[in-house]
Amino acid sequence: MSTLAHDDHHDHKPTGLKRWFFSTNHKDIGTLYLIFALTMFFVGGAMAMIIRAELFQPGLQFVDPQFYNSMVTVHALIMIFGAVMPAGVGLANWMIPLMIGAPDMALPRMNNMSFWILPFAFALLLSTLFMDGGAPAGGWTMYPPLVLQTGDAFPFLIFAVHFLGISSIMGAINIIATVFNMRAPGMTLMQMPLFVWTWVITSFLLIASLPVLAGGVTMLLTDKYFGTSFFDAAGGGDPVLFQHIFWFFGHPEVYILALPAFGIVSQIIPAFARKPLFGYASMVYATASIAILSFFVWAHHMFTVGLPIKGELFFMYATMLIAVPTGVKVFNWIATMWKGSMTFETPMLFSVAFVILFTIGGFSGLMLGITPVDFQYHDTYFVVAHFHYVLLTGAIFALMAAAYYWLPKWTGFMYDERLGKIHFWLSLISSNVLFFPQHFLGLAGMPRRIPDYNIQFADFNMISSIGGFAYGISQLLFVYIVIKCAMGGKKARARSWEGAKGLEWEVPSPAPFHTFETPPKLTKKVLESLY
Amino acid sequence: MDNKKGIKKTTARLVLFTVLMFGFGYALVPLYDVFCKITGLNGKTIRVTENLNKEVIVSNRSIKVQFDANINGDLPWTLTPNQRVMRVQPGKFYEAVYTVKNINDRDIVGQAIPSVSPQVASLYFKKAECFCFVNQLLKAGETKEMVVRFEVDKELPEDVAELTLSYTFFRVKKVAAIN
Repeated sequence: MSTLAHDDHHDHKPTGLKRWFFSTNHKDIGTLYLIFALTMFFVGGAMAMIIRAELFQPGLQFVDPQFYNSMVTVHALIMIFGAVMPAGVGLANWMIPLMIGAPDMALPRMNNMSFWILPFAFALLLSTLFMDGGAPAGGWTMYPPLVLQTGDAFPFLIFAVHFLGISSIMGAINIIATVFNMRAPGMTLMQMPLFVWTWVITSFLLIASLPVLAGGVTMLLTDKYFGTSFFDAAGGGDPVLFQHIFWFFGHPEVYILALPAFGIVSQIIPAFARKPLFGYASMVYATASIAILSFFVWAHHMFTVGLPIKGELFFMYATMLIAVPTGVKVFNWIATMWKGSMTFETPMLFSVAFVILFTIGGFSGLMLGITPVDFQYHDTYFVVAHFHYVLLTGAIFALMAAAYYWLPKWTGFMYDERLGKIHFWLSLISSNVLFFPQHFLGLAGMPRRIPDYNIQFADFNMISSIGGFAYGISQLLFVYIVIKCAMGGKKARARSWEGAKGLEWEVPSPAPFHTFETPPKLTKKVLESLY
Repeated sequence: MDNKKGIKKTTARLVLFTVLMFGFGYALVPLYDVFCKITGLNGKTIRVTENLNKEVIVSNRSIKVQFDANINGDLPWTLTPNQRVMRVQPGKFYEAVYTVKNINDRDIVGQAIPSVSPQVASLYFKKAECFCFVNQLLKAGETKEMVVRFEVDKELPEDVAELTLSYTFFRVKKVAAIN
């Protein structure tokens, strides 16, 4: 009944380096993704520390402006493509087959390839730090003509983006193929856990948007080296066209980062509120609406380039519209907690913080979406505060919640709850000290991507930097907690959390190397237990 | 349940979709041009052929046209309009002159890119002749007077009483035909 794509089933684990290099096992590849993402989180984080050190005081202290701009650029690329996306894919790899009762991913070899492309792509990108002319410094958005002034690093940047795109697209194809073809018999689409749903929708976003980015950066490449003039005004092109192409990818991309986080908290909040998720169907439809709408709002990143007034209005209204399904989700999470028997273990703490802080980021996003006021906020620290609220206290907090929630399933041991809670409170306080003052800086007019600033911004920048260093150091505690948990501790039960629902809790902890080789029998009772 | 087939089918469809979306990225280039032509989005002007035999019907509106000139990046040229302002009547052709000078000791090819502001006016700004239609070669130290022959369309919206025609000269590294 369950003869599946991959032929070389082993009953025993392969050992040594071979196990990891040639792995086709979804759990091993998931682990690789997660470790890689955590590593990149610290590489990108180190760059953030350099940025905050430079901004600690006005004037130029530690780095020259070119290097500062490289840090800003590479920090963004690493955090987006190296930390948040691979962490999401890692969770998908680990959990989706377990959640839908499948023995593995549909395309295990492609799975291996899509992971192993990543280290090479980032080797390309990071090698530019040591090149003549320095690493790319034109911003992660790669706007021409500025980005075309990048030195030897330019082709490395373009090919790194190509590889990252290919890797993500392969991951996305794999996830859709798995979910559409390998669900345990009896599980309909509308019975899937929400994490699976959000990943299916995210995968479609990836497949629809990343190829457009690949096309855009290829045009940059041919403009620089092969005499085309897509974005070269002298040759009849238009640099603004790149911005349209980029943000046609770029806006769906922000939901690629956010939707899996929505899925994660939709698993965790019901578990610790000990109540089924409120409004399951509306959650699915809201996620899908957000995804579809995300393709019609891209120009809200470009209000100041000189759009026709009708265009500005269209993109403003379309942007406001996204707040509706997002509001549905936020209210559903709150309704799930309403009158629940809540306990606040670390995953729940991170999830509740996510709901509150992501909503703050959403509101500042709405402010930015109002065309006339965006002319004031554009390219200021208000934007920086906004996207860090949705990405750091949003996406990363959810990823942390996921790590704590499923660590017992991965390692077979409970993590140190006391340390987890300390990590949460340190992260919560420091990230708000870090980013909340940046709202004020932006409203007062401090521009982003500049290493120096007017003296009037000094106090808030110092506060923000202190928060930044505190957040950076606090994350080392997370590494310690994970390692400690992997080494041992209190044995985790199959159902590691009292209120946790879903098929992943039906297999022992740690999850054996092979699971669900015969699909689980989904009786009505089992299906009910999924929610 | 043999779902190998299903997986293959899903994968093939998704790969096809990926390829199509890559193509869509390139399709955005001509789409953008069409969109700009319709809306006047990038301020580019319209090229027309002047019909000298046609009787000219001139509107009695008086539109103020201002002339602006810029040099992009490190192109060692100077560009100045010989007239800063002209009063024109829609429906009639006028000539404006720009003086361009190569202050370098090398021959250089440049290309002027026009832009009309406000954007909506670019849809009604028509040129029969312009130095921006072709690449311009300036010998070392050469000075040239260049002509633009234009008409403001009679359909120009009532609320536009003045407009600016701006030229920016770009250095042409790759000599390619544009229009």
